[in-house]
Amino acid sequence: MTAVEPTQAEAAKPLTPEMVAEIRRLCDRYPDRRAVVLPALHVVHQRWRMVPRSAVVEIAELLGLAPAEVQDTLSFYGFFKQDRPHGVVRAWVCRSISCALRGGDGLLERLCELAGTRPGEPSRDGALTVEAAECLGACEHAPCVLANETLYRSVDPEEAVELFRKLRQQAALEEGSEAAPEGASAGEAHEE
Amino acid sequence: MAAFEPVLLARIERPESHTLADYESTGGYQTLRRVLGSQSPEEVIDEVKRSGLRGRGGAGFPTGLKWTFLPKERKGPTYFCLNADESEPGTFNNRILMEEDPHQVLEGLILSCYATGTTTAFFYMRYEYPLAWKRIGRAIEECYEAGYLGKNILGSGYDLDVVPHRGAAAYICGEETGLIESLEGKRAWPRIKPPFPAVEGAFRQPTVVNNVETVACVRHICERGADWFRSMGVPPDPDNPRDAGSFGPKLYCLSGHVERPGCFEAPLGLTVRELIDGYGGGVWKGRRAKAAIPGGISMGLLTEDEFDCPLDFNGPGRYGCLGLGTAAVVVLDETVEMVDFLHNSCRFFAHESCGQCTPCREGTAWALRILERIRAGRGRLVDLDILLQIGDSIGIIPGTTICGLADGAAWPIKNAIRKFRDEFESYIRRTNPQGYEESEPVPALDWTTH
Ligand SMILES: Cc1cc2nc3c(=O)[nH]c(=O)nc-3n(C[C@H](O)[C@H](O)[C@H](O)COP(=O)(O)O)c2cc1C
Ligand code: SF4
Ligand code: FES
Repeated sequence: MTAVEPTQAEAAKPLTPEMVAEIRRLCDRYPDRRAVVLPALHVVHQRWRMVPRSAVVEIAELLGLAPAEVQDTLSFYGFFKQDRPHGVVRAWVCRSISCALRGGDGLLERLCELAGTRPGEPSRDGALTVEAAECLGACEHAPCVLANETLYRSVDPEEAVELFRKLRQQAALEEGSEAAPEGASAGEAHEE
Repeated sequence: MAAFEPVLLARIERPESHTLADYESTGGYQTLRRVLGSQSPEEVIDEVKRSGLRGRGGAGFPTGLKWTFLPKERKGPTYFCLNADESEPGTFNNRILMEEDPHQVLEGLILSCYATGTTTAFFYMRYEYPLAWKRIGRAIEECYEAGYLGKNILGSGYDLDVVPHRGAAAYICGEETGLIESLEGKRAWPRIKPPFPAVEGAFRQPTVVNNVETVACVRHICERGADWFRSMGVPPDPDNPRDAGSFGPKLYCLSGHVERPGCFEAPLGLTVRELIDGYGGGVWKGRRAKAAIPGGISMGLLTEDEFDCPLDFNGPGRYGCLGLGTAAVVVLDETVEMVDFLHNSCRFFAHESCGQCTPCREGTAWALRILERIRAGRGRLVDLDILLQIGDSIGIIPGTTICGLADGAAWPIKNAIRKFRDEFESYIRRTNPQGYEESEPVPALDWTTH
């Protein structure tokens, strides 16, 4: 039973039958249902770039949990967006020590300026979210930016404009492949 | 000592190093085949024990010994959690292993699971490793197809499933009990120990948690034997009865202000200077170094004249650091403002504290606020003592918190201020000439969420 009427935005982002099937499949791999919370949240987040509250309720129903339990887990991880989706491309700009020593903080600031947003908020057209990240585990390529599945390595902070252009390009490309979710991702290409 | 021959990184330059075919073409899974066909789990544990292998994830606990803590009589399942959450700033060796040689990791994992009587392993990987996620996922599929995973592996009667599980960008999921809570679908709040995971871990069952590099070492110990492993590294310090020695090869990560950042394999005991000069091409731009973190930011700081510190389990502690940690060295050149370094460190820990222990949640948050105020030109000399007071009072070592994140937050504060006090003082005098001597409480800056 859904206690709250889904908002318009949420109604547009339901749990699809494919998602439900995938979440059911995941249940077989874990000794208990609650362990499927994180994988289930990922299934939804991957597709909608957010996990609407209505999806929290549906996941809870599927897993036999209280919605509050799912919401509790979701809210612990700053990773999941809930109020509105992140951009088609979510660009994580590392600000931890190795990247900071090579200009990571400045890069983050500059990219936000260019996108006209604050860290973590999507650009007005929804193409791009620029976000601060802690160490991306790619410190030998500092400063680096992980944009969806593409790692931009050893970015020159002076060339933020060039990177911004590439991110917009990536967003345009991935928006196209999002329409056909099975399509090839733009990943793998590791930029220097 | 014979010339050192890398084993963990031996294959990574091969163009198809991540595929099963390539792995098998270099002898991959022969060790697994031999061990499953001829050795009992106890024999594997004995070999690992004898090798002196200590965990590579940061705490350095002897691996074989940890495995013997599993209860002898077990009715329910035993779980294995492979810790691939690698999020310690400066650290990326697990990523390289998983991206470039995933089967090496999996062979090590299967051997470790066999030794510990595990039939389900969870491969807990941090979210931010999309390429490693794909490659490990594919490698697991290949293993099922080839009969290295699943039922009755290689006809031995041994069954094992490996479940890849993806984190959600939270550092605390690397702490072993935080990882377990996260795996169980809850917030990653570390548990009070004991009980240790070996007795009661995931889903309340006995559970082994090991790091990716640790199981990769297990693979080579099984192939080459404990004596080979013990032939490298540093024997126990006779003056330190608690030191169990530092044997075997280690992956050193090097980044920051060096000419050639990267991941390098060498026997444990390499000095910071040898790593920077011999492997990293020296400090970048012809500059001098001012300091380095010895093993991930949690371990604190070494000054330039401490660079002869050997990177073994015993070394950094002798220089006032927390320990070897992940053996990830980050170099700070002479232009770095130590206030900025410490601000960066405090921001990381304030952001990553899971919030369950008040001293850690409040201590890390206040340390960050103070550093922000100092950087805004409103620092006071007394702030340095307040910071030290915070540093000295949060963590497992002073006994005020549940997990070691707080110790990791404390060490950069303690080392930076104690080793560079003059620099902090002159920064404060310079940037706040009117008020540096004030000792009245100062209001915090506007506090925004981080
Ligand atoms: C805050 C914190 C974060 C940690 N992060 C990691 C990590 O990312 N990867 C890891 O292997 N160990 C990490 N550890 C250490 C684990 O708790 C545990 O000791 C380790 O995974 C055991 O494996 P090992 O014995 O093979 O090293 C962390 C510990 C703490 C206190
Ligand atoms: S020490 Fe900090 S991170 Fe660890 S459990 Fe306590 S609050 Fe959480
Ligand atoms: S500090 Fe930026 S990737 Fe590690």
